[in-house]
Amino acid sequence: MSSAVIEKKQKRKTDRELNSFKAVFPSRSANEGFARMLTASFVSQLDPTVSELADIKTAVSEAVTNCIVHAYPDSVGEITLSGKYYGDGQVVITVKDKGKGIENVKEAMQPLYTTDSGGERSGMGFTVMGAFCDRLRVSSRLGAGTSVTLTKKLSRGE
Amino acid sequence: MHYTCQTEGQRLTVTLYGELDHHGAVSLRSELDRLIERERPRFFALCLSEVSFCDSSGLGLVMGRLKKCASVGASMVIREPSVAVEKILLLAGMDKLIKIERTERV
Repeated sequence: MSSAVIEKKQKRKTDRELNSFKAVFPSRSANEGFARMLTASFVSQLDPTVSELADIKTAVSEAVTNCIVHAYPDSVGEITLSGKYYGDGQVVITVKDKGKGIENVKEAMQPLYTTDSGGERSGMGFTVMGAFCDRLRVSSRLGAGTSVTLTKKLSRGE
Repeated sequence: MHYTCQTEGQRLTVTLYGELDHHGAVSLRSELDRLIERERPRFFALCLSEVSFCDSSGLGLVMGRLKKCASVGASMVIREPSVAVEKILLLAGMDKLIKIERTERV
């Protein structure tokens, strides 16, 4: 088991859970846009700013693309996208796969790191997720799959 | 994801429309490479004003075309990145690798 966390804020006050969703879909690239729109619709209930919504969509897109490109490189597998939000404006999105897993998560999370040689991967996926969210947690087991948890606290116009 | 292209003398301008993710980038990259091969421009401008979404797969597409241009001796610029595109371009430090042309926003 390998895992790593990028955390910007120390405080992790979790208020009451207000709503949640879960979706399961195959690892086809057409579902990258679907996952973004689904997440955006869910988060929109909290009235996020344009910039907050764009950040969450981008982070989810990175996580789902990783499943499609890396978790299931030669097959189509299952991706589970789920989300929750809390009374304090905290949004938690989880993207899980049952794919091949990451041997060394810390190494995979380095900027520009990629296992891909010819496919034009930028190696910036985890860096973008970390930059656009308050907290990024990745845990993975070889041969069993990877789970990415993205947490972002919305300002909610306070 | 679709695009339009325009040639003025030695300058080839391609404008992208839609969401620039992995799904959109896969088919686009070979089409753009074929276009660059065929036109052999001296200057290649990628206009990103109409791109409503861009993630790191979009960065990969831009970096790949930068390499392609270098291989055929063309110089490449990015034109008018939308707000959505600009944030990720700057996060990745792309402004240090490639010239970004903007007209002043009011």
